[in-house]
Amino acid sequence: MALDRSDVEKIAHLARLQIDEQDIPEYTKNLSSILDLVDQMQAVDTSNVEPMANALDAVQRLRADVVTEENNRDKLQSVAPAVENGLFQVPKVIE
Amino acid sequence: MEWEAVIGLEIHAQLATNSKIFSGASTAFGAEPNTQACAVDLALPGTLPVFNEEALRMAVKFGLAIDANIGRTSVFDRKNYFYPDLPKGYQTSQLFFPIVGEGHVDITLEDGTTKRVGVTRAHLEEDAGKSLHDEFPGMTGIDLNRAGTPLLEIVSEPDMRSAEEAVAYVRKIHSIVTSLGICDGNMAEGSFRCDCNVSVRLKGEEEFGTRTETKNINSFRFIEKAIKGEIERQIDLIEDGGRVVQETRLYDANKNETRSMRSKEEANDYRYFPCPDLLPIVIDEDYIDVIRDNLPELPDARKARFIEEYTLSDYDAMVLSGDHHMATYFETVAKTAKDSKLAANWVMGELSKHLNQNDTTIADSPVSADQLGGLLVRIKDNTISGNIAKKVFEAMWSEGGTADEIIEAKGLKQVTDTGAIEKTVDEVIANCTKQVEQYTSAEPEKRGKMIGFFMGQVMKATGGKANPGAVTGILKKKLDALCD
Amino acid sequence: MFDKTLAELAQGLENGDFSSVELTQAYLDRIAAEDGKYNSFITVTGEQALEQAKAADEARATGNAGAFTGLPIAHKDIFCTEGVRTSCASKMLDNFVSPYNATVVNKFNTAGAVMLGKTNMDEFAMGSSNESSFYGPSKNPWDTDRVPGGSSGGSAAAVAAHLAPAATGTDTGGSIRQPAALCGITGLKPTYGRVSRFGMIAFASSLDQGGPMTRTAEDAAMMLNVMAGFDPNDSTCMQKDVPDYTADLSKPLTGLKIGLPKEFFPDDLNPAVAQQVQAAIKEYEALGATVKEVSLPNTALAIPAYYIIAPSEASSNLSRFDGVRYGYRCENPVDLEDLYKRSRGEGFGPEVKRRIMVGAYALSEGFYDAYYKKAQQIRRLIKQDYVNALNDVDVIMGPTTPHPAFKLGEKTSDPVAMYMEDIFTISLNLAGMPGISIPCGMTEGLPVGLQIIGNYFAEEKLLNVAHQFQVATDWHKKTPQGI
Repeated sequence: MALDRSDVEKIAHLARLQIDEQDIPEYTKNLSSILDLVDQMQAVDTSNVEPMANALDAVQRLRADVVTEENNRDKLQSVAPAVENGLFQVPKVIE
Repeated sequence: MEWEAVIGLEIHAQLATNSKIFSGASTAFGAEPNTQACAVDLALPGTLPVFNEEALRMAVKFGLAIDANIGRTSVFDRKNYFYPDLPKGYQTSQLFFPIVGEGHVDITLEDGTTKRVGVTRAHLEEDAGKSLHDEFPGMTGIDLNRAGTPLLEIVSEPDMRSAEEAVAYVRKIHSIVTSLGICDGNMAEGSFRCDCNVSVRLKGEEEFGTRTETKNINSFRFIEKAIKGEIERQIDLIEDGGRVVQETRLYDANKNETRSMRSKEEANDYRYFPCPDLLPIVIDEDYIDVIRDNLPELPDARKARFIEEYTLSDYDAMVLSGDHHMATYFETVAKTAKDSKLAANWVMGELSKHLNQNDTTIADSPVSADQLGGLLVRIKDNTISGNIAKKVFEAMWSEGGTADEIIEAKGLKQVTDTGAIEKTVDEVIANCTKQVEQYTSAEPEKRGKMIGFFMGQVMKATGGKANPGAVTGILKKKLDALCD
Repeated sequence: MFDKTLAELAQGLENGDFSSVELTQAYLDRIAAEDGKYNSFITVTGEQALEQAKAADEARATGNAGAFTGLPIAHKDIFCTEGVRTSCASKMLDNFVSPYNATVVNKFNTAGAVMLGKTNMDEFAMGSSNESSFYGPSKNPWDTDRVPGGSSGGSAAAVAAHLAPAATGTDTGGSIRQPAALCGITGLKPTYGRVSRFGMIAFASSLDQGGPMTRTAEDAAMMLNVMAGFDPNDSTCMQKDVPDYTADLSKPLTGLKIGLPKEFFPDDLNPAVAQQVQAAIKEYEALGATVKEVSLPNTALAIPAYYIIAPSEASSNLSRFDGVRYGYRCENPVDLEDLYKRSRGEGFGPEVKRRIMVGAYALSEGFYDAYYKKAQQIRRLIKQDYVNALNDVDVIMGPTTPHPAFKLGEKTSDPVAMYMEDIFTISLNLAGMPGISIPCGMTEGLPVGLQIIGNYFAEEKLLNVAHQFQVATDWHKKTPQGI
């Protein structure tokens, strides 16, 4: 399946990735060839096959409803790029 | 042209677990920013979710309460989008296989008829954090304490046709989740939130009109106002030749209007897929049976019991049983006062009036059920009159204290001593010669009504503390003696 | 000392031949002197290592030493290590000092191990050559013009160059086995769910699995004894008893049934690789095993299915790297969208961006059924192939990779050619079964790897089968020239 430039721009936006203008042709080519590769799957009839999300077909284990975490804000925020008054800072979001 | 509204609701109920849906951080409200956001909640690299068993149990309780299909296998999916209060860049939710499938609730309309509203589904998901826009110039602050709080999203069918029906439905769901004890129902703190999908169409039309979704409504009153406003806006728009745009709108309670969210209207593409960090949740019949056998009393059953046990009218029973906190409150008052009618009148009258005037809820009432019950006991044993009781209630509301303390401190105890009352009656008769003359010269059958004047005078002279029954008896006896 | 296995070093510590501090210092010195050639470490944690070594020696002095006390190892830089940079070989996490430890790291710490440092890898484990690392590629100690494989290339190179006796790795599509094969060491990918993924930075959650990279199968057993086991913090980690993986190593292989899938010996397989693998199988026959042909008919579909599932999961797993709570943040973002796009655009390298975009595309509206769901269905077919084959045989064998180590830069411009390097390893991740790669021969001075595959939780069997080969042969003892 061949993608074009606008497809790549759309996907890059969806994934919030800035792509340099000059790299777009390369990405377009690479992504198209990857999609060609994966399109081989379409030749197989899987209509009666249950999708497999987990190799062991295991089921979810449940956690007791107990508070086990204490306030660890200082340590957890020590790696944050911008914090003020305990709040993570981002450029103003307009709703 | 006659228009008809079509309304469907999405209710987000925060489940009242101790810890978060996928981490061991506390869900308590009101902590300092980010002090209840652990490594998992912050989506630190390498962290993984583990599902809280209580969130599952609560969701199943709700499903059973609305007679819904319970998903024997339910699956968490990832809803992918970028937003600063969504740390992982996806919300863990349930799209393809929700825990609760189709169910329904019955609502009572104003004319007393019952209407069934379908619930399409209810699924588990995690709440996002909070964005604080006004604390810093040019910046938004992110508090992730709320991130990961378990939510049950309850999606209705588009079965409602008016704002009143919508509110009745929301109240019913509120009543169910609070009765089940799975949600504290606090709308002001955002524990119980409602998004309203509203469209209009000409009556008789089959097709739905274009709908809008109104978010951010945090009281029953505002739900009604917001929907009414939105219906009017859409009708006006169409009648003026415009058309409704599918969009998300925010309700502004201060202006009582909805406005369009200014976000660039790009089509959302959430790229849902099953969360590979969580496995399918499989529950068996035994698990469901145990929960079913232990369900608390539900609002419909409670209403029937109130009619039976407390001989309440259908209307009173509906009002008092509808809200879990109200019902519990009423029952405590009724039991303390040993008079359900009196309890019902006070809870629906004086108490509700004060709650409304102060824009608060019964859960936060400054007058507790024990306090009110104690007050009613004093009415019943004639210590105070109904009118004095209202004064005592005022004092309780603003200053606190038990009925007995307030009666004692303010000297409000009712005068039942007939000697003292007779003395006051004699004074009144002596002072009101003109009215006594009118009374005595009136035809006997008209005298009954005229006694009210003397009654008022006696009460005035005693500061309202005289027992009204005793006063009436003495007045009648003495005045009638003057007539012959 | 540097040619000793973990087992031998453990014996040396036990005998008092050297202390853990001496051993650790020797390795730190060697890393400082030699790693310039291989670039196998991103971060060397000398100070902490010596502290841990000192504590280990004290534990030994007071009679509190366990099997792993005082043994130095390296961790792939994908495992979170508290107080130490955990970069995932990405600019995105170049400044990320983890505030917590991965479960695997905690387990090694509890066992008394010494961490020498964090090893190089492909960025976010996405690659088969180590060339996508932000810190530059690690080099193959057998020929430094060649790649060590990936993504756990730094761990493989460090073990092969005797810069660490053993290291941890992770394997999503072959990332332990392929570099182990290309560097001539032993690498085990355990059953999915055997080793906790908590604190192991996720690439593709349903495929990732941590495992040991060592010089011998015996050492891999010692490592797995520490790594394996239930973790309440990982929903996908299985509650299953952990045996002593060293216990069955010496079992004779008489009667062992080996399956050879014809799909693992295609016509275009590198003849030298085919020949070395066939020779190894002859050796197994000499050890008492019998051989039969089996079929894994859906093998060719593994790569397409993998290149939907892995990028799809990755695109979502890597959304958390947004420049808000940790990691790289672009300079002076003008608004939120700019913050996201530039932080991610500048913080991720091209291969990571490529895979995120493939995944975002595959999951986008209208494509879910054709791509992700289809791939999950194919996944079941692939699993079923293995289950069927392993009904008839005890283990499956074949080459780990279609070629020996290739040259740096040889495949960087063609992602699909690079992906094809994983043709024999990828299907196992989809099936979730365990596999081990051991050195089984040489061609033109480069090692060749034999892959041995077993049923779910059959790690004991794999280690036994691998160990017996290493008792009988000495391919695992070959060392690159100059080491």
